[in-house]
Amino acid sequence: MLTEELVDLSRLQFAVTALYHFLFVPLTLGLAFILVIMELTYVITDRPIYKDMVRFWGKLFGINFALGVTTGITMEFQFGTNWAYYSHYVGDIFGAPLAIEGLMAFFLESTFIGLFFFGWDRLNKWKHFMVTVLMAVGSNLSALWILIANGWMQNPLGAEFSYVTMRMEMTDFWSIVFNPVAQAKFVHTVSAGYVTASLFVLGISSYYLLKGRDLDFARRSFRIAAGFGFASALSVIVLGDESGYTIGESQQTKMAAIEAMWETEPAPAGFTVFALPNETEMRNDYALHIPYVLGLIGTRSLTETMPGIKEIKERNRERIENGIQAVTALERLRKHRDDAAARAAFEASKADLGFGLLLKKYTVDVSQATPEMIQQAVDDTIPRVAPLFWSFRLMVALGFAFLLLFGFALFYSVKGNFIEKKWLLRWALWFIPMPWIAAELGWVVAEYGRQPWTIYGVLPTHISVSNLTPGNIYGSLAGFVGFYTVLLIVEMVLMTKYARQGPASLGTGKYHGEIAAGGALPAGAVADKI
Amino acid sequence: MDYETLKLVWWLLVGVLLVGFAIMDGHDMGMGVLLPFVGRNDLERRAIINTVAPHWDGNQVWFITAGGAIFAAWPLVYATAFSGFYWAMMAALWALFFRPVGFDYRSKIKHPMWRSTWDWGLFIGGAVPPVIFGVAFGNLLLGVPFRFNDYLMSTYTGSFWELLNPFALLAGVVSLAMITTQGANYLMMRTEGAIYRRVRTASLIFAVLTIAIFALAGVWVATGIEGYVITSVVDPGALPDPLAKTVEVQAGAWMHNYTQYVWAMWVPIAAFAALAASVLFSRLHQAGAAFWSSSVACAGIIGTAGVSMFPFVMPSSLDPRSSLTAYDAVSSHLTLGLMLGATVIFMPLIVFYTAWAYKVMWGKVTTEYIAANDKSVY
Repeated sequence: MLTEELVDLSRLQFAVTALYHFLFVPLTLGLAFILVIMELTYVITDRPIYKDMVRFWGKLFGINFALGVTTGITMEFQFGTNWAYYSHYVGDIFGAPLAIEGLMAFFLESTFIGLFFFGWDRLNKWKHFMVTVLMAVGSNLSALWILIANGWMQNPLGAEFSYVTMRMEMTDFWSIVFNPVAQAKFVHTVSAGYVTASLFVLGISSYYLLKGRDLDFARRSFRIAAGFGFASALSVIVLGDESGYTIGESQQTKMAAIEAMWETEPAPAGFTVFALPNETEMRNDYALHIPYVLGLIGTRSLTETMPGIKEIKERNRERIENGIQAVTALERLRKHRDDAAARAAFEASKADLGFGLLLKKYTVDVSQATPEMIQQAVDDTIPRVAPLFWSFRLMVALGFAFLLLFGFALFYSVKGNFIEKKWLLRWALWFIPMPWIAAELGWVVAEYGRQPWTIYGVLPTHISVSNLTPGNIYGSLAGFVGFYTVLLIVEMVLMTKYARQGPASLGTGKYHGEIAAGGALPAGAVADKI
Repeated sequence: MDYETLKLVWWLLVGVLLVGFAIMDGHDMGMGVLLPFVGRNDLERRAIINTVAPHWDGNQVWFITAGGAIFAAWPLVYATAFSGFYWAMMAALWALFFRPVGFDYRSKIKHPMWRSTWDWGLFIGGAVPPVIFGVAFGNLLLGVPFRFNDYLMSTYTGSFWELLNPFALLAGVVSLAMITTQGANYLMMRTEGAIYRRVRTASLIFAVLTIAIFALAGVWVATGIEGYVITSVVDPGALPDPLAKTVEVQAGAWMHNYTQYVWAMWVPIAAFAALAASVLFSRLHQAGAAFWSSSVACAGIIGTAGVSMFPFVMPSSLDPRSSLTAYDAVSSHLTLGLMLGATVIFMPLIVFYTAWAYKVMWGKVTTEYIAANDKSVY
């Protein structure tokens, strides 16, 4: 029996494991390319300090990567363990990008990361550089394929339902790959990763600069991070997810919820900077509204209208009513495959099958759904507005703060006097956690905003789960939270230890804390003490 | 390629991926199993760990990709098995958590307690998954209690503890012994001195053990457990619908394929011969040949389980007609074709660059080397 408790727990477990996993992914995506830039500088200039930079930042990369792998294994298997019906219903489409991700991206990334760490003495510098490039390409390709899979959940095209196999089946692979929603997501997500990594390097370099140590090393790292970070922060905003929000109904629904746009406005719609969304009365209290802006961002046109929540609900009501016909006909067809009347009725209404399935949350026999149940299902089709409205605004505000920070960092890098700008260095240091917050908020906007669907318009979240007992999920959820929290603490301890130790952790004898003068600690002494 | 052929090809390809997993991830998991016993001090243990340091992550992708490929090619198997074996899957996952962090974090802090904790973590990460996968195979041979409703939503009525029945546990031991042999043979190639002598002993013991238990399990399958037979007419090219067939439980049915296709006997024979060869080559100090032999043994043992059950993949003891087969648990024609294309393009590339990575890093890992490169190795 798929109880609400089971569904909520399954969702909670997925959210927890995905959010944990996404603590490690953005840094991997971005730091890999920063390592590429540093190593390219090394192979061109032949200056050992750049090699030390690759090795030191690579060490931190490795500490982060280990947990990315650990938490990533869960994601690959959780669809099967906890979302069995989802896996069956859309595995024909969703499984393919996951398998290709393994074949094309994970193998590449994981094979070359080994050579990245251990191949320094066995490869000439150009070969080692190639290894680093392939590792970076591999990690970013994996983001591409998982976002193609995720993009399909938001905007399912290139697939059709079959009543014989009782599932969605792929009809056009390339339209799934070139799904505009997936492409927009990919660019946005990897850019966010680049921002995360840039700020990580910028902030830790600032720490050394503030302490007045390893200046040469920190200065060069700071400059690279400032340049890469500025370009990425620009891209994350300009190529933001919003460019995809006009495509497909799911994105329109999400957009309306994010913007707390209850009514359809004449084009181009205004942008609500601030409001207190009132869900019961479906209106905003105290809205601060800028005319035209949203329509321009969302549709890139002056004439296209964007539907408001009330209009979307009315459309969905019709689809749910039509969906009842689809579910009823499908159930007859499943009993008698050659029932021609049922087949005709199904073919006529199958576009709304998913909407009919929304009623399964309230009744086993959808054909007997009461008007109250239909009303509940209609209300379900809009995700809760307030969390989306605020998550989105916080994320965007952070995005602009990053742009500003990197703008200053780049400006003073070019002028060459950033070391004197203590306020900038402190800002960079204390801002290190912010990209993670922005990234997690972005995940919430994208996935919470997709509710009540796992596959928009096709498969409701409610029937996607595995038929387990809530007790099972309580147990596994506790296990995941326990394991991940311990591992996260261990990771943070190591990360802090090595970040504090700085390039001296390489044991080259050239860096702060290693030079045996004035009672400084010998190499390795810090490690010994812990 | 027609649908029927594609279904058969994918049955083979899933097998290939599982065998790839056993050979590649198997040797570093086997390393983990042996680590606390054949490494007597920190330097020795670090030497052992560093034989797989550059490779374990790539090897683990065999596991991830096998999972992804089962999702893509056999979605019903992925859904039904993973949700049914819920706690077994959780245990395997959680055991695997110890590997990435065990490898990467172990030597980053010098405290002996810290290091020995992660050594045992690597042991768990190496020993638990093979046992669980073996137990899972054992239960597949016995049949698993699940059924589908009209929506093809599965209900599983068994519990975790029921998975741990005597036959399945025996299958778990076969798997563990096989993986440990594989790990020992790999370590023979990459270590020297005292460590080499210890892993060689382990290789001999575990290969003989694998032969004995695998034989015992074979006798058990032939005489002690019931197999499954499809009793309706099967159209292998039809749209997949598991509920369209009828299935019966019959004693000795898992031997039918061997009487019907006598050449199928070569699969278990190859497993035994390869294990015997592993013993022989270990005795002759031919580490490389021993490793290739135990690799063939992995293929033979996994292949034997697959061939015995064919075309069944996941028989249902609760409702035999819900059983999943290589014909009716599969993806659409388009998806299978597409995934075959992707495999044909990428698999040779993967084999090529993996081989290159091993070639670059090849050689004996000595304790002297570890001591001299304290900061840059695991």
